[in-house]
Amino acid sequence: MEFFRSVNVNWLGWKWYFLAFSLVFSVSGIIKMSWNWKHIGTPVPLSVDFRGGTEVQVQFADRPDIEAIRKAIEAAGIKDARITTFGEPSSNEVLISLPEEMNENALDVGRATVVNALEAHYNNHFDPAAGVQVHVVGPTVGEQLKKKAVQATLFSLAGMLVYLWFRFQLIYGVAAVVACFHDTLITLGAFALTGREISLTVIAAILTLVGYSMNDTIVVFDRIRENLRLSRREPLPDLVNRSINQTLSRTVLTSGLTFITVLSLFVFGGQVLNGFSFALVIGILIGTYSSIAVAAPMLVAWQEFRAGKGRTASLPAARRSKA
Amino acid sequence: MKKNLKNKIALIFAVLLLCLYGIFGIPSGISGHALLSAIGNQIHLGLDLRGGAHLILQVQVSDAVNAETDNSVQTIQADLKKANLSFSQVYKPDPSKPDIIRIDGTSATQSDAVSTLLEGSKYANEYDLSGGSQNSWTLTMKPTYENDLDRRTVEQAIETIRDRVDALGVSEPLIEEYSLGANQILVELPGVSDLDQVKSIIKATARLEIHPVEGGPFQDEQSALASVSGALPPDQEVLPTSGDLAGANGVSYYIVDRTAVVAGSDFRSAVPSVNSNTGQQIVQFTLTDEAGDKFWDYTSANVGKSMAVVMGGTVRSVAVIKSGIRDSGEIEGSFTQREVTELSKLLSSGALPASLNYIEASTVGATLGADSIKEGVTAAIVGFALVMIFMLVYYRGSGINADLALVLNLIILLGIMGLSTIMARASGGGGLTLTLTLPGIAGVILTIGMGVDSNVLIFERIREEIRAGKAASAAVDQGFARAWVTIVDTHVTTIVSAAILFMFGTGPVKGFATTLTVGLLANLFTAVFVSRVIFDAHLNHLKPGEMVSI
Repeated sequence: MEFFRSVNVNWLGWKWYFLAFSLVFSVSGIIKMSWNWKHIGTPVPLSVDFRGGTEVQVQFADRPDIEAIRKAIEAAGIKDARITTFGEPSSNEVLISLPEEMNENALDVGRATVVNALEAHYNNHFDPAAGVQVHVVGPTVGEQLKKKAVQATLFSLAGMLVYLWFRFQLIYGVAAVVACFHDTLITLGAFALTGREISLTVIAAILTLVGYSMNDTIVVFDRIRENLRLSRREPLPDLVNRSINQTLSRTVLTSGLTFITVLSLFVFGGQVLNGFSFALVIGILIGTYSSIAVAAPMLVAWQEFRAGKGRTASLPAARRSKA
Repeated sequence: MKKNLKNKIALIFAVLLLCLYGIFGIPSGISGHALLSAIGNQIHLGLDLRGGAHLILQVQVSDAVNAETDNSVQTIQADLKKANLSFSQVYKPDPSKPDIIRIDGTSATQSDAVSTLLEGSKYANEYDLSGGSQNSWTLTMKPTYENDLDRRTVEQAIETIRDRVDALGVSEPLIEEYSLGANQILVELPGVSDLDQVKSIIKATARLEIHPVEGGPFQDEQSALASVSGALPPDQEVLPTSGDLAGANGVSYYIVDRTAVVAGSDFRSAVPSVNSNTGQQIVQFTLTDEAGDKFWDYTSANVGKSMAVVMGGTVRSVAVIKSGIRDSGEIEGSFTQREVTELSKLLSSGALPASLNYIEASTVGATLGADSIKEGVTAAIVGFALVMIFMLVYYRGSGINADLALVLNLIILLGIMGLSTIMARASGGGGLTLTLTLPGIAGVILTIGMGVDSNVLIFERIREEIRAGKAASAAVDQGFARAWVTIVDTHVTTIVSAAILFMFGTGPVKGFATTLTVGLLANLFTAVFVSRVIFDAHLNHLKPGEMVSI
């Protein structure tokens, strides 16, 4: 079986459409993120991991009555708790988030209060030993994690840039990193637009999608490098088009198959992995798109820019690779 | 068949067997249940999958600095007196700066003697001396000494917590320095769901003190108060018993002095021992020199009275003073050997002059953990099956090749995780145990994706070569050679980012990076080496001119 055989698409001819598409998604994400910044103080909603606070996740024996729980919690003296059902309705789980506290001891008191209030009101329907999951994060830990997460992302991008610089040339590294940045931005925008929270596992997913997007980009770049060595006289835009077309079968297959595994994670993986798999579902689509529509055109644009400045239109893959 | 190929196949089977041993160990049987429990024993599951408590504690290292400088204030006073040097006061001027000691009102004529004393070897490696004008001196703790003290305090705190948790009987607890913040400790206790219980246990170790007993034991708090006609002197308090002391007859109460004779930081060591005369189990302890002097004064003046060993606000043990005790003594009682070992541990570990704050605490219910496992595994199996079916349909004969490589990839990944557990156990808890977490399962799924990618890259390349008119073996050769460059580049880049995740990530994220890294390495082996060997073996059976099924 074979889906693609001698495809001949002029990808670079579509570059303005690609640019428009990328801009629409990036900008709408950025607008939502700045709105968030103004109203909730952070571009993307943060989970308790980063925000700091108390979350009590409770599993009941039968269908919980949210209103009754709210009353019980309020009667216990906690105002403004956020109470939502969690996961499948059939799992009878409720997530109770307490308002942010700046003091570590207060967090603990909040947790105890919630558990006591529930025990008092739901004595028969709820077993604190079996079905309660508590997450208390002090503001300092959240702050540290936030810092580390940003650091990890930047370091991993820098690490990959250096590797590509070493294996190809600087412009390849820059183009690949810009494509990854584009993917991260759009994925974060998707989180902002759908109001999903960024948690520690979502950060892991974002780093993975950076890896995946990089993976896709490298496959295309690799082919460009190989073709440059074989036919040095072919105009760069034609050569880039040909390279994309040659790798298209692999790109679609791999992305498609990975998409299937990630989609099964999204569908069957349950609530806990929801944010994680959502990031990857979006990320794989965007990551595949960006290697064709962002990274490769950037190489061509760079060369045309150099030529326009009257310099010798040096081939970006001039470095002779032994590999 | 070439000899070279035979060797390669032998290597693959050796790896396969080793990894199967890693996954299953030596199972007790070959029934499904026995195999499952064998896997559970071999693969180390993270807290999110097993259920348990997760805590991050902040060690208040300023307590340790405070205790150290408090101590120094006393010794400086004593030394100045001993050397007949006059002074008005030795004190700590600013409560928010526990590392600064001031000495005021020394005599101008003795200035040289004072500075010689304070710059002497006793204080020089601990403090920097400044001042001297206006007969006032300032000792500031050296930053290097303070850092060292902080580090020691955290290490001691970790030991203390470990001892307490061990006594609790939690299996495979994780207690280590938390790398994210300064002076923080990460505690993970699988199977523990009651945070309050955990906290009371850990906090109980925070301080150990010996207090003079003023009265007791009493049945309850009321009768304790009644014994002093309801008017408890302000320097005394009523404390309940706990532990073995409260074991048989329930909690009783003692009236003790608020001020301790000996506090946690005064203990130098404590070892379990046996009284050679009576054969009774005892704990022998030694105190620091200063504390020994203090203890001697107290005990010689109070022979026949009782002392209470107080920890975490409860009385753990009560002993009668038989004679004056200086810097070493025994705690005697009708203890079992286990209790004595326990108590000596507590005494040594009680030497922790810093309190702990909780900055993060969470529990994962075991049932929720089980649900998560089930969902994650279902997702993995569904994804895996879909991918395998597709490869078979799309690449026909070579699809079998890819599927074998994928299955082997999974076996190696789990096998390495299991082997790390075996090796860690063999080295007595040392070594790195790779942990499977919920995001780790996601990492496994992503590894499958990367494994597929390698196969697709190779197969597409082989197809291209065939289209270009190459013969079967040349096409396979070229396909592998060309795809290899790309595969190395993609894998190294992803491993770079996974390594960074491992370095900066914590808990669950680290688990994700672990499986991803191990999976990618396994993938380089299966997709490139194993897949090639299968192709070669197949090519050997082809008739001249026949094509590979791809």
